[in-house]
Amino acid sequence: MVRAARLATVGAPGADLDIRDVSHSFAFEGAPLPVLDHIQLKVERGEFVALLGPSGCGKSTLLRLVAGLEPPSEGEIEVEGKPILGPDPSRVVVFQDPTLFPWRNVWDNVALGLEAQGLLRSRHGRIDETLRLVGLTGFAKAYPHQLSGGMAQRVALARALVNDPDMLILDEPLGKLDSLTRLTMQGEIVNLWRGAGFTTLLVTHDIEEALLMATRIIVLSERPAVIKADIRIDKLYPRHRGDPDLVAKRQEILGLLGFEAAW
Amino acid sequence: MSSLSSAAPRIETSSKGQVRAAARKPLARSGPAVAAGASWLALALITVQWPDLGDWGRGPELAVGAGALGAFLILAGLFGGLWKDGAARLRRLTPWLLALGVVFSVWQATTAKWGWLPQPFFPPPHAILEVFTDDWAKLLQSVWASVKLELLGFLVGASTGFVTGVLLGWSRTFGYWVHPIMRLIGPLPAIAWLPIAFYAFPSSWSASIFLIGLTTGFPVAVLTWSGVAGVNTAYYDVARTLGASRWFLVFKVAIPAALPHVFVGLFMGLGASFAILVTAEMMGVKAGLGFYLQWAQGWAAYANMYAALLVMSLMCTGFVTLLFKIRDRVLSYQKADLKW
Repeated sequence: MVRAARLATVGAPGADLDIRDVSHSFAFEGAPLPVLDHIQLKVERGEFVALLGPSGCGKSTLLRLVAGLEPPSEGEIEVEGKPILGPDPSRVVVFQDPTLFPWRNVWDNVALGLEAQGLLRSRHGRIDETLRLVGLTGFAKAYPHQLSGGMAQRVALARALVNDPDMLILDEPLGKLDSLTRLTMQGEIVNLWRGAGFTTLLVTHDIEEALLMATRIIVLSERPAVIKADIRIDKLYPRHRGDPDLVAKRQEILGLLGFEAAW
Repeated sequence: MSSLSSAAPRIETSSKGQVRAAARKPLARSGPAVAAGASWLALALITVQWPDLGDWGRGPELAVGAGALGAFLILAGLFGGLWKDGAARLRRLTPWLLALGVVFSVWQATTAKWGWLPQPFFPPPHAILEVFTDDWAKLLQSVWASVKLELLGFLVGASTGFVTGVLLGWSRTFGYWVHPIMRLIGPLPAIAWLPIAFYAFPSSWSASIFLIGLTTGFPVAVLTWSGVAGVNTAYYDVARTLGASRWFLVFKVAIPAALPHVFVGLFMGLGASFAILVTAEMMGVKAGLGFYLQWAQGWAAYANMYAALLVMSLMCTGFVTLLFKIRDRVLSYQKADLKW
């Protein structure tokens, strides 16, 4: 948190985010289904914000709006003071499914963003560099069907990071991985974020994951989602899951989500 | 203790088994090849030693060829150990060679020798051989004409179908106008157009290009369309967040994702187009294997018909093989689920 604050003042990579009074609804069987209810959220440059809430509460929808994949029904979202008009490679998303293109090998999948932006020739070297960063140096020529779940998600991470984003949007990226791979990658993502300084938004329904990774946890209610709590986690990394402060926070969040009787 | 006592006799039997297997091996290996060779020698003998009932072409040549193959197979069976790789490759073919030798011998005996099968509808093998040796120029010309017509019609139809399919999957306006037309015309067998096409086009050749194109184009368009429409929307989301333009989404996301479907359409279109090719050649085009067949029937030249049929199947299977080779290359990232 100290580091993030310093980065913000220096004006290093990272972007601030201002979600102002955003509501959103889907058409469901002819009637509007409200998903987000007047969400107000300011995120500083370089923060790592976890959005935590019950499944189906609309947290992924909020990410889609921030990514620019859909416009909000009501309200405004600004990045660095400018309204979001559509998707932009400065705000990249890593989805729950790696969604690698099966007809492209690992290298070509990572190259996707640079190719789409016409930067492939000038920033060619970034691809091998990023593959090294996520620990996939020897796999450039492999095809997606030859990769394990964890490796595929690392490729998806590299495909996002190669664009040097100001904001990394993570939509439950570790949700489908086995628990050991998950633990490893939680640490890796935190390290990548600390190294590059981009703003990170993480959607998760795993309280522990949010506590171990984020500098701030936004707890959302059930659909239509409202913000129930905004909790700062001022702890140094690497964090320990047995840390009494974190255990207390975990209890607090469980209570907010209606599970106070559980443990 | 029990394991020791049981282990000793096992060693003994296995060594005995090995000795026996080793003794049996050369015979088991050379047996099929020798039998196949014998069947071809039998064909040679039947052909020359047993007088024909009628007057048919290339008996002696067939006998020489069959005899040479038979002798080669027997020698290969006996001395195959000298060239192991070649012997291994041959061993895979010997069951087929044996079966063919037997079938040809029976065919020869029941047609030219005993005359059990009615003539002239079932010519003996050496009559068909005669077609290849004496009429090869005309056959070759016909193959070339058919290949040209088929390839041109297929390429026109496949590219039109592909572009139509992509546009159907991508543009709402295009779909509004073209989809009803395609639903109306697509299922109509292209043969039904034949009388109109021959009259409306400047030549029967260009009419045939149109008909082959129509037959090929329909399945290609439908499958390309369904391929493009069925692309996982998450692919588009990923590409859009990475800064993809509309052009990129079509050419680098939708089309590559749809290609497996497109190849199914190409395969279906190719298969359907052969029927049109042959029909068009029989009905109007004065060249090609279909025309050759028609011409041979007019002269009651049955041997020529069988020869043309054989060449035609080789041509069609060649086209399909070529298509699969291209598919395997283009879709090399996939684990192939359909083999040819």
